[in-house]
Amino acid sequence: MRILRFLLIKEFKQIFRNRAILAIILAMPVIQLIILPLAANYEVKNINLAVIDNNHSDYSRDLITKVTSSGYFRLTGYSQSYRKALHLVEEDKADIILEIPKNFEKELLTENQQQLFITINAVNGTKAGLGGGYISSIIQEYNNQIRVKNIVPDKFNPMPAIEITSSNWYNPNLNYQLYMVPGVLAMLVTLVGGFLSALNIVKEKEGGTIEQINVSPIKKYHFILGKLIPFWILGNVVFGLGLIVSWIFYGIVPLGSILLLYGFVVLYLLAILGFGLLVSTFCETQQQAMLIMFFFIMIFVLMGGLFTSIDSMPEWAKTVSRFNPVSYFIDVMRMVIIKGSTFQDIKPHMLIIICFAIVLNFAAVLNYRKTS
Amino acid sequence: MENKVIICKGLTKRFGDFIAVDNITFEVQKGEIFGFLGANGAGKTTAMRMLCGLSKPTSGEANIAGFDVYKETEKIKKNIGYMSQKFSLYDDLTVLENINFFAGIYGLSDAEIKSNSQSLIESLGMQDLADKRVGSLPLGWKQKLAFSTAIIHKPEIVFLDEPTGGVDPLTRRQFWDLIYEASGNGITIFVTTHYMDEAEYCDRVSIMVDGRVEALESPSNLKKQFNVGSMDEVFYHLAREAKRGE
Repeated sequence: MRILRFLLIKEFKQIFRNRAILAIILAMPVIQLIILPLAANYEVKNINLAVIDNNHSDYSRDLITKVTSSGYFRLTGYSQSYRKALHLVEEDKADIILEIPKNFEKELLTENQQQLFITINAVNGTKAGLGGGYISSIIQEYNNQIRVKNIVPDKFNPMPAIEITSSNWYNPNLNYQLYMVPGVLAMLVTLVGGFLSALNIVKEKEGGTIEQINVSPIKKYHFILGKLIPFWILGNVVFGLGLIVSWIFYGIVPLGSILLLYGFVVLYLLAILGFGLLVSTFCETQQQAMLIMFFFIMIFVLMGGLFTSIDSMPEWAKTVSRFNPVSYFIDVMRMVIIKGSTFQDIKPHMLIIICFAIVLNFAAVLNYRKTS
Repeated sequence: MENKVIICKGLTKRFGDFIAVDNITFEVQKGEIFGFLGANGAGKTTAMRMLCGLSKPTSGEANIAGFDVYKETEKIKKNIGYMSQKFSLYDDLTVLENINFFAGIYGLSDAEIKSNSQSLIESLGMQDLADKRVGSLPLGWKQKLAFSTAIIHKPEIVFLDEPTGGVDPLTRRQFWDLIYEASGNGITIFVTTHYMDEAEYCDRVSIMVDGRVEALESPSNLKKQFNVGSMDEVFYHLAREAKRGE
């Protein structure tokens, strides 16, 4: 214990002495948490629309007005032919082409049916999917409108229709910030913890100071604990800062218990720090450690369900994400903050994270060799 | 037997096909200043790292301060001090903080730490520098501080790997005064150097060539043996046979 005390005093002095790094550790998550959720917006707006109106009738104009006044579309081209409109897509000036056929109004009124043609630029999959969805539902609505107007009401034979009314639980207004902020905070805590721990031991290797430690009677677990504890405390501070920022800037207050969140984070930090320390025992230079951590953290974050749901990933990716500590953290963050989950709900996550923490830290102690 | 603090028999270290240290055998008496000489790449540092328990030997035996280098490395580490070629105190800690840290991890009590660090700083004449960061000190001061820190826990043996590399002649002389002082306090000194004037200060020297110990005697006997006037010439005589490059 006495030796650990000396290690901790030394580690803390070094952390507080390196003002630049300390400022980055504390300021980086705060600034990123303010910027990222504002930019990472799931809503698709400003879809560029090119229209080919071969009909020039009241009905076609009415339809175009309806589409453009929805707020999602911006009319950027009014072309004479499909070829010209496609040219706009190629130049990236249009995302969707809406073609209205020549006899649109006439056939609609006489034959009671008509076809519209929509072309979507699918380079940006999300934009294409959502844009196509939006325009379809606007046309659907327009269709209902003219049906009401034109069909003679038949008292005896009403058209059966099922109307769906949905309500969104846990996030009634589908506020994407409520969804993104907890995830982004999880990512930031992971970044800070992972990188700090990975780089630290390697820094001692590069400086040669680890040699002086290795030739002393320090126990391996003392040394690892001496590295783990300071960053663990720092990680918890960063998490607390993150909660305060999400409250001040986004008004997000966890629906569940903050204590429960912290209960999970203290365990999670042990796991991710253990991972960083394990990486550092394999590396000889800070550059190596940095690149390896980048590799893993990219995979952890992108496959952790921050931006894309794990449920919609292919089977192999789901299997991979089971070995991804970040996915559990993001999940728990959303469960407790948005849904108000309790200890019973996140118990399985907790048990898995405890396993991660034990395995990774043991591996780090084992792989740290005082004698080569 | 109890007067021998280093006993080394047929110690060998291979890295793949390369034999860094080839079957070296020697003994060092308690209180001796033992010079461990050799050209660059002769295997001095590797041999020293094995004796300190930092590197596992491939074969052979060695016993340091009564402990086996295979099984009792942690006990060895309690009883030795080591100053590596690369400066290895913490640049971002002050002189006093470095001393306190190393004294602490060697298990000294608070009272011992206080008195030892006090006397260390006084004997080095570093009273004014005690609260300065080590990174800001000139190399000569750093080296003297590193040596004193390496013996803060009063080990039986201290291993010094080229402690005076890159240091001016005056500081080198002061450094050797420190070595003599430590030796006077009963600490055995095991030192590598490239300076042949320093070899003259040793009680006995060994000269390594291509991983093997080619000579082991007191400086005056070596000079007689090779019938030359200085250690420089003894070294030149042996080292030019070396096959390994720099």
